[in-house]
Amino acid sequence: MAQATVTPVVDSQEPQEKTMILNMGPQHPSTHGVLRLLLEVDGEHIVRMMPDIGFLHTGIEKTCEAKFYQQVVPLTDRIDYLCPMTNNLCYVLAVEKLLGLEIPPRAVWMRVLLNELQRISSHLVWLGTHAMDIGAMSVFLYCFREREDLLRIYETVSGQRMMTSYFRIGGLAMDPPLGFFEKVKKFLDSFVEKIDEYENLLTGNFIFIDRLKGVAKLSAEDAIALGVTGPALRASGVDWDLRRDMPYCGYENFKFKVPVSQEGDVWARYVCRVEELRQSREIAKQALDGMPSGAFKADAPKVVLPDREKMKTQMEALIYHFKIVTEGFTVPEGEVYQAIESPRGEMGYYIVSDGTAKPQRVHMRSPSYANLQALSTMCEGKLIADVVAAIGSIDIVLGEIDR
Amino acid sequence: MALAPAITDLEQLKDRPVVAALLTWNASAVQGAKFDREELSVYIARESIRQACEHLKEAGLVNFLSDLTCADYHPREPRFEVAYHLLSMKRKERVRLKVKLEGGDAAIESITSVWPAAGFFEREVFDLFGIRFLGNPDLRRILMPDDWEGHPLRKDYPVEGYR
Repeated sequence: MAQATVTPVVDSQEPQEKTMILNMGPQHPSTHGVLRLLLEVDGEHIVRMMPDIGFLHTGIEKTCEAKFYQQVVPLTDRIDYLCPMTNNLCYVLAVEKLLGLEIPPRAVWMRVLLNELQRISSHLVWLGTHAMDIGAMSVFLYCFREREDLLRIYETVSGQRMMTSYFRIGGLAMDPPLGFFEKVKKFLDSFVEKIDEYENLLTGNFIFIDRLKGVAKLSAEDAIALGVTGPALRASGVDWDLRRDMPYCGYENFKFKVPVSQEGDVWARYVCRVEELRQSREIAKQALDGMPSGAFKADAPKVVLPDREKMKTQMEALIYHFKIVTEGFTVPEGEVYQAIESPRGEMGYYIVSDGTAKPQRVHMRSPSYANLQALSTMCEGKLIADVVAAIGSIDIVLGEIDR
Repeated sequence: MALAPAITDLEQLKDRPVVAALLTWNASAVQGAKFDREELSVYIARESIRQACEHLKEAGLVNFLSDLTCADYHPREPRFEVAYHLLSMKRKERVRLKVKLEGGDAAIESITSVWPAAGFFEREVFDLFGIRFLGNPDLRRILMPDDWEGHPLRKDYPVEGYR
């Protein structure tokens, strides 16, 4: 046939093609979701890495524009499913800022308490899966044992294990039930030993150290230029934590240390996060000990739903309830950007109000989205085998990247 | 807690470090400023946004790009307002730079040369609003499929999508 006569054209001026494209994901177990990485490799080394995202895109930002302000809260749970209450908090703080609403101290402290518990449970998932990626299977089981305790605590307080929607605009959904604080106290008291247990398995483990030390380094300058936040930024030597440096939601009342490492490698990120587990426990303990009594939601009848009891006995409360549920509440015109320190870094909500009951624009600045950009910088020129460690170390949640 | 009224007068805000720096650098690039709910916004002329970011960064007034996004005010023109949330870790302060864009000519200079972090954010705004960022090295769709038609976050795009 004619094909046999075709000779391959090789331009001797050009270097021979040495690299190949390797497709990692979207169904790769170590990508923590549906992340696809296009790797251009030269042998075992990565020449170029191109993250491909959007597989979980559900248009949450667009959906928000069609909902009343209070109806957006359950949507925010579904962005970062490992710490739904952190998302709730960021959103309600932004709307409260738009409204100029003051929150009673009990609600503020409950929010801090639950946020730190969320940080612990989110870090536990990170620790378990990260260790599993590296090859330490049993840590995963230990971490999920404690996470289960925490999920039960969330269930006690909100009725849901994961999609809690417990924080509401103006306070909380309900007062914590009887026995809740005892449960939390029991958990926090026993948790220090548990952290020691994880560290016994990992921190002195030569295989684990060898897989993490010096891998996927990121300098402080690169981290800032690439918009990296959270433990990944602090592991690169930048001492920055929004809870301490730009306090929100009463964090100025709590004493805690911000762990910082200088190395900027995967090991440094591991060390920072494990220390954060301890610090979060400290904050939670302080919140528990100093829990004020009193109202759990603001006295703003036009915004906050009335108590069930009042609704049944008072005409006014019934009217407010009916109005909020059917027409929502209007929010004065303006725009705010509210940022908080989520377990992964700076989570920001940019909300624009046009004066109606539905937001004009809700934008979520998700920490994983920005942190993912740094992955290429971390991995290029390094080995394929280290990609898995690098992905684990930035602790991405694809739900919050794709939104 | 009642809301304090917003200050929209540039004269009253000209003492703030960021506004002062921008005014001495290029007063014609500053179109206005707003201080509302403890947040400072500065409106910048479209052609100077990259230089404004560069100037603020070099002057040490900001060092971190927190967020870059856009809002659509359709049917008003200019319909788009691109918002740049900049942070100074040293002064512990944020500032929002805003640029207004006409719907018919939705293009703006990219700031990836100032902060590489803008890369993904600009791609997202391009994908969902259809605003072109001139100079972004990799301006492709990022969240929607490559062959998608339309830009979902525009206000004239139905919530349920086109059926």
